[in-house]
Amino acid sequence: MNAPIDYLLHLADNALILGQRNAEWCGHGPILEEDIALSNNSLDLVGQARMLYQHAAELQGGGATEDTLAYFRDVPDFKNYTLCELPHMPLMSATAQGDRDFAMTMARNFLYSSLMVLVWDQLQNSKDAQLAAIAAKSLKEVRYHLRHSRDWLVRLGDGTDESHAKVQAAVDQLLPYTQEFWANSPHEAAALANGTGIDMAALQNDWNQIVNEALQEATLQRPADGGFVPTGKQGIHSEHLGFVLAEMQSLARAHPQATW
Amino acid sequence: MSNAALKEWPLWEVFVRSKQGLEHKHCGSLHASDSEHALQMARDVYTRRQEGVSIWVVPSANISASEPNDKPEFFDPASDKVYRHPTFYVIPDEVGHM
Repeated sequence: MNAPIDYLLHLADNALILGQRNAEWCGHGPILEEDIALSNNSLDLVGQARMLYQHAAELQGGGATEDTLAYFRDVPDFKNYTLCELPHMPLMSATAQGDRDFAMTMARNFLYSSLMVLVWDQLQNSKDAQLAAIAAKSLKEVRYHLRHSRDWLVRLGDGTDESHAKVQAAVDQLLPYTQEFWANSPHEAAALANGTGIDMAALQNDWNQIVNEALQEATLQRPADGGFVPTGKQGIHSEHLGFVLAEMQSLARAHPQATW
Repeated sequence: MSNAALKEWPLWEVFVRSKQGLEHKHCGSLHASDSEHALQMARDVYTRRQEGVSIWVVPSANISASEPNDKPEFFDPASDKVYRHPTFYVIPDEVGHM
């Protein structure tokens, strides 16, 4: 039994785009050791994306490879959560190159890895054996990502007045984007139906518990969910993903026949 | 922001026992804000997440080192007392490394 290709792409795109965002910190971390941690995080995510793309490419056939899936698809083809593509600086215009806000990055990594520890744990039982194996490997990595980002959430929230204000702003900005986690998309429904996927809505209570406990420990307030539900996993993205892809894909698209 | 927050993070010494290793070996140092942070950093910087390794971190300030100038009275007296080590025994090959 194989998972729907679009479902694999959704999981892969999450990892690739968040991996790309974490990689933007390379050489810009607040301290050398943290620079290494962020690069490590990024490499784990890109590794997860590669395994998922390879699996999807094999199922898709027709000359598809992990590289064609990463470098030759456009914004509407990408199925990552909108959360993963947002810039590191809250409340900036689409084209502004804001400074990297460490609190924003850590809050985003925390919200995402809190979800993925639950998702990968369940996907270990997927009827798609390949996906189950990828889930087992990814679970170990994402547990570390959660520990790292959760520690920082607490450090910053329970740190100075300034760090508290910054991480509260990041949480206020990002948390509404998590509503997308629970809304079923067609490929998630298809994966659930054939036993290769999971019921996302069933994870919501566990996720809320992880998030609420961490926010409380960090002395942060949980903002109201708001009415807006993002649609990134259905291919309808924020204005930010186009810029991420333009940078990420530029070399491959300039030399489409190249091997490297 | 307080002055304390602007100070550089303290230095930690890192000791790692590898999967097959018998003892922790000093492998380097790093800056971190506290011991939990130092552990995480050490895991990233020094172990590349091999499973089954053990990490110790110690604030560098907590380590007392012998002085190079003390070498004569610290170490030299042992050099002519060969009987302090069982060097006159032949170890059979099958015992292996001791």
